Amino acid sequence: MYLLKLIARNALRHKLRTILTVIGLTVAVLAYGLLHTVVDAWYAGAAAASNARLVTRNAISLVFPLPLSYENRIRGVDGVTGVARSNWFGGIYREPKNFFAQFAVSNNYLDLYPELVLPAQQRSDYLRDRKGCLVGRQLASQFGFKVGDVIPIKGTIYPGTWEFVVRGILDGRDETTITRQLLFHWEYLNETLRKTMPRQVDQVGVYVLGISNLDDAAAISRSVDSVFKNSLAETLTETEQAFQLGFVAMSDQIIAAIGVVSYVVIVIIMAVMANAMAMSARERTVEYATLKALGFGPTFLALLVFGESIAICAIGGSLGMLATPPAANLFKQATGGVFPVFNVSVETIALQAACAFAVAVAAAIVPALQAARVRIVEGLRAIG
Amino acid sequence: MTIPLTYIARNLWTRRLTTLLTAGGLALVVFVFATVLMLDAGLKKTLVSTGEHENVVVIRKGAATEVQSAIDHNQASIMAMHPSVAIGADGRQLASKETVVLISLVKRGSNKPSNVVIRGVSPTALGLRPQVKLVAGRMFKAGSAEIIVGSSVAKGFSGTQIGEHLRFAQRDWTVVGTFDAGGSGFDSEIWGDVDQLMQAFRRTSYSSMVLRLAQTKLFERFKEDIDVDPRLADEAKREQAFYSDQSKALSTFINILGFTLSMIFSIAAMIGAMITMYASVANRVAEIGTLRALGFKRVNVLAAFLVEALLLGLVGGVAGLGCAALMQFATFSTTNFQTFADLSFRFILTPAIVVKTLAFSIAMGLIGGFLPAMRAARMNIVDALRAR
Repeated sequence: MYLLKLIARNALRHKLRTILTVIGLTVAVLAYGLLHTVVDAWYAGAAAASNARLVTRNAISLVFPLPLSYENRIRGVDGVTGVARSNWFGGIYREPKNFFAQFAVSNNYLDLYPELVLPAQQRSDYLRDRKGCLVGRQLASQFGFKVGDVIPIKGTIYPGTWEFVVRGILDGRDETTITRQLLFHWEYLNETLRKTMPRQVDQVGVYVLGISNLDDAAAISRSVDSVFKNSLAETLTETEQAFQLGFVAMSDQIIAAIGVVSYVVIVIIMAVMANAMAMSARERTVEYATLKALGFGPTFLALLVFGESIAICAIGGSLGMLATPPAANLFKQATGGVFPVFNVSVETIALQAACAFAVAVAAAIVPALQAARVRIVEGLRAIG
Repeated sequence: MTIPLTYIARNLWTRRLTTLLTAGGLALVVFVFATVLMLDAGLKKTLVSTGEHENVVVIRKGAATEVQSAIDHNQASIMAMHPSVAIGADGRQLASKETVVLISLVKRGSNKPSNVVIRGVSPTALGLRPQVKLVAGRMFKAGSAEIIVGSSVAKGFSGTQIGEHLRFAQRDWTVVGTFDAGGSGFDSEIWGDVDQLMQAFRRTSYSSMVLRLAQTKLFERFKEDIDVDPRLADEAKREQAFYSDQSKALSTFINILGFTLSMIFSIAAMIGAMITMYASVANRVAEIGTLRALGFKRVNVLAAFLVEALLLGLVGGVAGLGCAALMQFATFSTTNFQTFADLSFRFILTPAIVVKTLAFSIAMGLIGGFLPAMRAARMNIVDALRAR
């Protein structure tokens, strides 16, 4: 019992130093949590993607489209339950920094995406309006889009300014669903191109495939690709998740750098903490010697040092962990929807706790050893 | 009279472990700060050196990158015939009609696919880009399925050594040469014959066109003529401006991320410096009293502790900068968000970065040391002397 009391008293002896250390720890643990969440957010698109859907694209690269005629041939492959068309539109809404994804999709696209929820009335409104579009909830709240609004978008791949009328707002089934996209009629794109750029007509960016049995995904992918082997446009079919991970992998060095840096902050705070503990221990050499003279063993002294370090880290770490969710929320708003999904995961919080504990232990090792090894006579003679 | 520098420096030396830990924390922050600046400098240099001042890039209006753009044969010929375009030694216009597409290749080591720019070029292309030099093998033959690869591609992707074949667009393409583009963006590209590549990819129009102007001041006129010509729907940009525009998003991203991190980390490091300096003051109360009694003024004591903090910051700064300098041997490659293609660049240490980084580290030391130094300066002589 008196061990705990002694630890508490020791921790509060240099109030300023303890407060500063706690602040430092809070900042570091918070920064670590945020960085970890950034990395998670990067993978959010892949995490939200389904294994129950396949994506078929041109094998050369995404830049090349596939002919419309492939649709029926893909539908004929065993195990494929639905085929939807999707073209990346890549337009600019007012300014390049307002980036969001726009897809021209066929009407059955929503059937393959049960996680995008749309009221039946809005759906039929959308189907009836050739220039209609659907916007995700996150996108709608960011730019204030309402049903009936006209959104002008300047095409970069498809020239000209295109106008779409909002006919419905897509809600996510849960919070991991990304609703930061605009969907419009593939037929509208195609018919317009027929007039302006006849060469680009009847071309599909990617086909999204629904499959009957998850376990057959690999086999179905292979059989789809084998249909088009040695044709003008060979295909590459993979699960939607693998498709999304391909995008993430393209910036993997940035993600790796963020990952490394998130541990750098922990090392920094370890140095700060170790320093604070070393200073405290040095100042208390006389006390340690006295305690030893009174009959306390080396284990007790080591526990004293460890206890103080763990107590300080526990306070700083908890504050940091508590501050992470609100800070993540602020960060999400400040970055203006670059990360549509930015949730602090339980894993992140657990890692924060583990880091705080690691800092506490690492910082206390050397001072604890010194305290335990103090020779009574020399210690009593020492000057702080 | 001021307190001598040796006295101040020795104080740091006496408490080596503490100094080391604090300076280590500062050094890590400085390292992150410097590498971010170096990365951005490297990115800028790569893209600026990609462009020649006299060169003009033409892409379709509204397109942001070459991949999105399309220019048909007619338009390309009209522009090549513009009187501002320089004439080469062979009497032809210095203009390269190019097709730019992305192909997905597998990265060496990680085996992950990444997009690489494959550029079909006219025979004049090498003359238009003096920084591009063949370092191994030979130039591709016009009219054959041969390609040459940039040095970063040769290093970073499998199947790109001389003599190897890449298969795309229903054909096997033989790698016959490697070129070095002096650290510019072309190092991350593959070049081949424009007519062959257009055939293979079933393209009917070029992606972009690069022209050399006879005189650099002719650019305004050229741009204006292109803008008003009803047969054309294209846009001309100076090559340097074109490439630096393409890296804006990536550069902004690196900067924002780097500065946010440096700021957060510097708080932790400054707290470390503050703890150290407070302890330094607390341990030397009697000493400070003695100094004051000897006749040193409050200002001198304040200055002494500030200089001590400054030295601490400087030690951390130099150590951090030293580690960051080693990063110059590393290359960084990532996908440019705008062009969607892989781009590799180096960390570059410029004198401006050295100055900025050292200023940053000294500032951290000073801010961390200010409050403790104030405490030392405000001590009462009698009380201080009475302390143990």
